[in-house]
Amino acid sequence: MKALVESFKSGLNTKDMSPLQFFGKHGISVAFVICVITFSLASSKFLSADNLFTVVMQASIIGTIALGVTFVVIGGNLDLSVGSLLSFSTVLVVDLHDKVDPGMAIVLMFLFTLLIGSVNGYLIGYLRLNSLIVTLGMLSAIQGITLVYTGGKNVDIADQENTWFTFFGREELLGIPVPALIFIVLGITLQIVLVKTGFGRKIFAIGGNDTAALFSGLRRNRLVFSTYLLSAFTTACAALILGSRVMGSQNNVGEGYELLVLAGVILGGTSLLGGSGSIVRTIIGVLILALIQNGLLLLGYPYYTQWLVTWVVIIVAVWLDIAAKRGKLLSSF
Amino acid sequence: MNRIVAIAKKQPIWIFVVVCLVFFSLSSPYFFDINNFSNILLQASTIGLIALGMTFVMINGNIDLSVGATVALAASLAVGLQPVLGIPGAVCVGLLSGILVGALNGIIAWKTGVDAFIVTLGAMIGVRGIVFIYTEEQSFYAFDFAYSDFGSSTLFSIPVLVLIFGLLTITAHLILKYSIHGRNVFAVGGNRVAAKEAGIRVGPHMLVNFILVGFLAALSGVLLSTQMGASTPNLGRNYELWTITAVVLGGTRLTGGFGSIIGTLGGVLAIAILRNGMNLLQVPSFYVLIILGSILIIVLVIDKRFSSHQGQGVGA
Repeated sequence: MKALVESFKSGLNTKDMSPLQFFGKHGISVAFVICVITFSLASSKFLSADNLFTVVMQASIIGTIALGVTFVVIGGNLDLSVGSLLSFSTVLVVDLHDKVDPGMAIVLMFLFTLLIGSVNGYLIGYLRLNSLIVTLGMLSAIQGITLVYTGGKNVDIADQENTWFTFFGREELLGIPVPALIFIVLGITLQIVLVKTGFGRKIFAIGGNDTAALFSGLRRNRLVFSTYLLSAFTTACAALILGSRVMGSQNNVGEGYELLVLAGVILGGTSLLGGSGSIVRTIIGVLILALIQNGLLLLGYPYYTQWLVTWVVIIVAVWLDIAAKRGKLLSSF
Repeated sequence: MNRIVAIAKKQPIWIFVVVCLVFFSLSSPYFFDINNFSNILLQASTIGLIALGMTFVMINGNIDLSVGATVALAASLAVGLQPVLGIPGAVCVGLLSGILVGALNGIIAWKTGVDAFIVTLGAMIGVRGIVFIYTEEQSFYAFDFAYSDFGSSTLFSIPVLVLIFGLLTITAHLILKYSIHGRNVFAVGGNRVAAKEAGIRVGPHMLVNFILVGFLAALSGVLLSTQMGASTPNLGRNYELWTITAVVLGGTRLTGGFGSIIGTLGGVLAIAILRNGMNLLQVPSFYVLIILGSILIIVLVIDKRFSSHQGQGVGA
């Protein structure tokens, strides 16, 4: 917990800062507060504990995946395969639930998901191929594997009442919905791993300057490999939540998630060039997207208006971030 | 013989296209047929048109993820506005919407300096939102059959849509290879700062390319809707991924500065032939996804092997 507080503190020194720098550094937190205030003024239902839990619940699937993807992006790579991987893992865990027992299904699902993650990691870490294209290829390959596995049919769990598998998606622990709990606990753990361990610092190093990190004796290949294992792991956790909540799955349930996840990560100020970023800010980024969705729905707008707002929010957030680093609002090109 | 080896090294995807042609001709009696070929080209033209513009943008070192949403926007406007504006007016508005989306992407990327990946990722989500707001989740149908007749019309027994695709491919190739703008595309992609120092107006130059890809995506959407006589708000989902796959298969480097229209055409044809041929062999379409994904990665590995001595490449 102390580590978490300290990881905030370093950013809170606001002396000697131009407004541009301030917004660049804290724009995302400001946007978060503005979002909360606007929506709570506009709708009386917004600021209830029930509704806020709903927001975190909704954010939990994309958020959990985003935690792992943040590591990948800080390491200077991209992962576009998480959407297909989510479909694959959800289908697998739901389908195996009835064939073997639930516990075994979860173990097998984690194994196969990590296996695919390690294929990503091997190709990008050890063969040093371009991550965008590799994961793009994996996106379509995993989608194909999922469809071959199910033969194109949807899967579901026959007896949905009498299974402890409901725990991960539908139940509460200590008054908190379990999906939210998984998201929060995983988030705190990974934030500590990122800022307080050697592993986290090494990820920053390879993302910041690949060659320099290599020459300083870091095992670049192995570190990249492990970031992909991590993103596969968090995707498997998300699949657990999703499968347990829906108790069934379509073959394309995760389609398009990869870009929503990236939107959350980017909104959190993690640079696509690698070398900078933070888990806490990714969580805020994902929560802002969920808040916008929830708030607009409460105000009676159809669900698709959030996409338009998301567009504006992403561009403005990243613009301010870049402008602060550049010291000028407009680019010189 | 040396010439063939040289071409093979430069455009490995065309070897794959030829191998596919031979393989499917031998294994399916229905494949080697004029009607089937025109069918393949018709299917290829949708992704192909977008891929032409994407080649320019990607050689520039940028990327455009918003093309799929632009396809849906243009198609919805071109079909949905027909009762109000008539067919020509509606089609013009549809094409204009693509130009606008492209211009918006270009201006944002130019003025803010935000990476094109993020700019167009935002636009991809936002433009899809606009499509849904405009259509209110409804599909539109073209009640005037002249519209869908155009989609199935032929000239000299070649589908008109294929002719349009062919003409634009040749134009794009000539522009990229022989015009000043084309040369600047490579210069900006190779080294943006150097290009600026050399007097190229990098921002406006990239803007033109974004407008180009926006327009071609809109054109592709309009032509797709003439084929179906309808538009749906979910049209064009994942087209950005297919287009990028085709362009990368064609040898264009994501890092910029390298690529060609001929290669892109090869990539587009490879995907179309593979889909068509496997369809004829009655392989479930799922396997096509696996094979395409694997090929994309294998092409990357081969490219890495061959270009490693140059010190740069896709993997750089």
